Amino acid sequence: MTMVQEHRPETKTASAAVRPPVRENAKPPKLTARNVDVFYGEKQAIHDVSIDIPRNQVTSFIGPSGCGKSTFLRCINRMNDTIPICKVTGNIEVEGTDIYDPKIDVVELRARVGMVFQKPNPFPKSIFENVAYGPKIHGLTKNKTELSEIVESSLRRAGLWNEVKDRLNEPGTGLSGGQQQRLCIARAIATRPEVVLMDEPCSALDPIATAIVEELIDELRNKYTIIIVTHSMQQAARVSQRTAFFHLGNLIEEGATEDIFSNPKEQQTENYITGKIG
Amino acid sequence: MSVSLLFWVLIALGAAGYIVGRKKALVSAGGNQLGLHSLVGYYGWSVALASFLAGVCVIVLLKFAGSFAEVFSNPALLTIAALAAALAAFALTFVRIDKDFRARNYVEAMVKGLLFTASLIAILTTVMIVFSMLFETGRFFSQYSWTEFFFGLNWAPNFRGDSDLGMLPLLWGTIYVSLIALAVAVPIGLFSAIYLVEYASPRVRSFAKPAIEVLAGIPTIVYGLFALITVGPLLRDWFAQPMGLGNSSASVMTAGLVMGIMLIPFVSSLSDDIINAVPRAMRDGSLGLGATQSETIRRVVIPAALPGIVGAILLAASRAIGETMIVVLGAGAAARMSLNPFEAMTTVTVKIVSQLTGDTDFASPETLVAFALGITLFFLTLCLNVLALYIVRRYREQYE
Repeated sequence: MTMVQEHRPETKTASAAVRPPVRENAKPPKLTARNVDVFYGEKQAIHDVSIDIPRNQVTSFIGPSGCGKSTFLRCINRMNDTIPICKVTGNIEVEGTDIYDPKIDVVELRARVGMVFQKPNPFPKSIFENVAYGPKIHGLTKNKTELSEIVESSLRRAGLWNEVKDRLNEPGTGLSGGQQQRLCIARAIATRPEVVLMDEPCSALDPIATAIVEELIDELRNKYTIIIVTHSMQQAARVSQRTAFFHLGNLIEEGATEDIFSNPKEQQTENYITGKIG
Repeated sequence: MSVSLLFWVLIALGAAGYIVGRKKALVSAGGNQLGLHSLVGYYGWSVALASFLAGVCVIVLLKFAGSFAEVFSNPALLTIAALAAALAAFALTFVRIDKDFRARNYVEAMVKGLLFTASLIAILTTVMIVFSMLFETGRFFSQYSWTEFFFGLNWAPNFRGDSDLGMLPLLWGTIYVSLIALAVAVPIGLFSAIYLVEYASPRVRSFAKPAIEVLAGIPTIVYGLFALITVGPLLRDWFAQPMGLGNSSASVMTAGLVMGIMLIPFVSSLSDDIINAVPRAMRDGSLGLGATQSETIRRVVIPAALPGIVGAILLAASRAIGETMIVVLGAGAAARMSLNPFEAMTTVTVKIVSQLTGDTDFASPETLVAFALGITLFFLTLCLNVLALYIVRRYREQYE
């Protein structure tokens, strides 16, 4: 893991603690972050976060509101670029490629690192067009048949196909909240990303829709690396293999989900998961 | 008593009503505000509004009736009737005041009535304008053949009678000028709105948006001067003459270009608001899938904002069709049907003005034709509205 930092002089000096990467298995991590700081204008939202995200696992970010977990998530596909006052320093690599390298094409990055948002945000287009949007703009298909195949397989993988196969031309906005969120997941995986970021994907859904989406997340990890931000500790425990706890912009602790929930090393983590803070 | 004095008397009566109504309510509750059904001010307002509105209603009704029958417009009758009605309403409301009287709901009902009346007046006025136009148009067609008016290719009014009043040259001029104006205003306005919303930094935006809106504040006569003095000669010397298309500085192109500039702020300002209203979540969703900013705008933002944008374009089109000053100064007053954009032509509105200026009586076809032209314009904009509604319904991509 080389640190490519020449182009960012603000990066922390060697005195800052660099966590040794946690190796679960022989495979290198999908994504590594080192000494990431995020500023909104003068205010620092993320302090020196370093973390490894293993491939084909679900990693959950937990922590109280305003702890920076969503901000950090949005750094991973550079969605923070859309906020003019936001500044990111440090190093984030996906498969060894520094994503903040000025030579990186942010459009291509976002195709590789897909995102599902907190509130379902289907486009005001038909269900088919919603899913076909990514493949179309990236030219993933040669003809209409291939496009239809991608749309079908994405909807199948999102567990929505049977519910919508007869009404692919109806607007995506006409679906129920849970269906809309699964549509957004189908839309995200239709571009064949490697990593899927989910920012509280179930917070606008009822318990039944939540259960369906959680089941889906578990299935998706075979193919994708998933990072999910959640407010619900139960959800983190149910869906994720690894958990990272954020507090006031700091990464307090991260590790295997069972360890974090049964045997946290840090007092703050224990306070949070036992409900004393947050 | 004159009507304005009567008005002041009614206001004074209302003020008195407020004071005594409030007082009586307080007394009925033994001086304790909490014993009242409504806030104490509402009792005052209920008497004040009831008496004032009753008086005003009677004035309006009698004035209206007076235009049909002379007997109602007697000033003494007006004064007495209005005061009587106001006093009666005053007394009726005043006796009902009691600590359990629902003054709040009573005032609410009166406010609702007031708002309803306001919208009714707006609608009735429109209907009455149309009817008066229809009436005069009917008189025109009783003197002049409608086929010659609608399909005549020649416009040559002659105040000694025996005129040719074919409206097609005028209609063609209107459409031609408007199309050129829209061809200028829509792309520039829309693109500048997109730039301001999606790309411009807050600093640029805070400067550029008001700067564009200044264009909307320029009187059309000034635009007309600009067309006459600057744009017209410029087009003539640089385009029309070298290309052998004519020697006229007044031309459809001149008027269209200048009118287009005038319309830019309408299109851009409205589109700006509409594009701004598309939720951020839509943009995030598209950007998050790896779309570029312009792809996001083209495929997500504009389709979502389409109904509003069509509305903005339509508003601009109606302005273009109704514009007179720029055409008079920029395109001239010669009724002509030609495809050459560097030739002088004129529009319906210009001819309405020229038919009605000077001392004329409203009896000859030469003056009455103005109403027929007016109703044609009205019908044209109505059709545009219907068309826009259809487009919006058909292609709308509704978010939430």
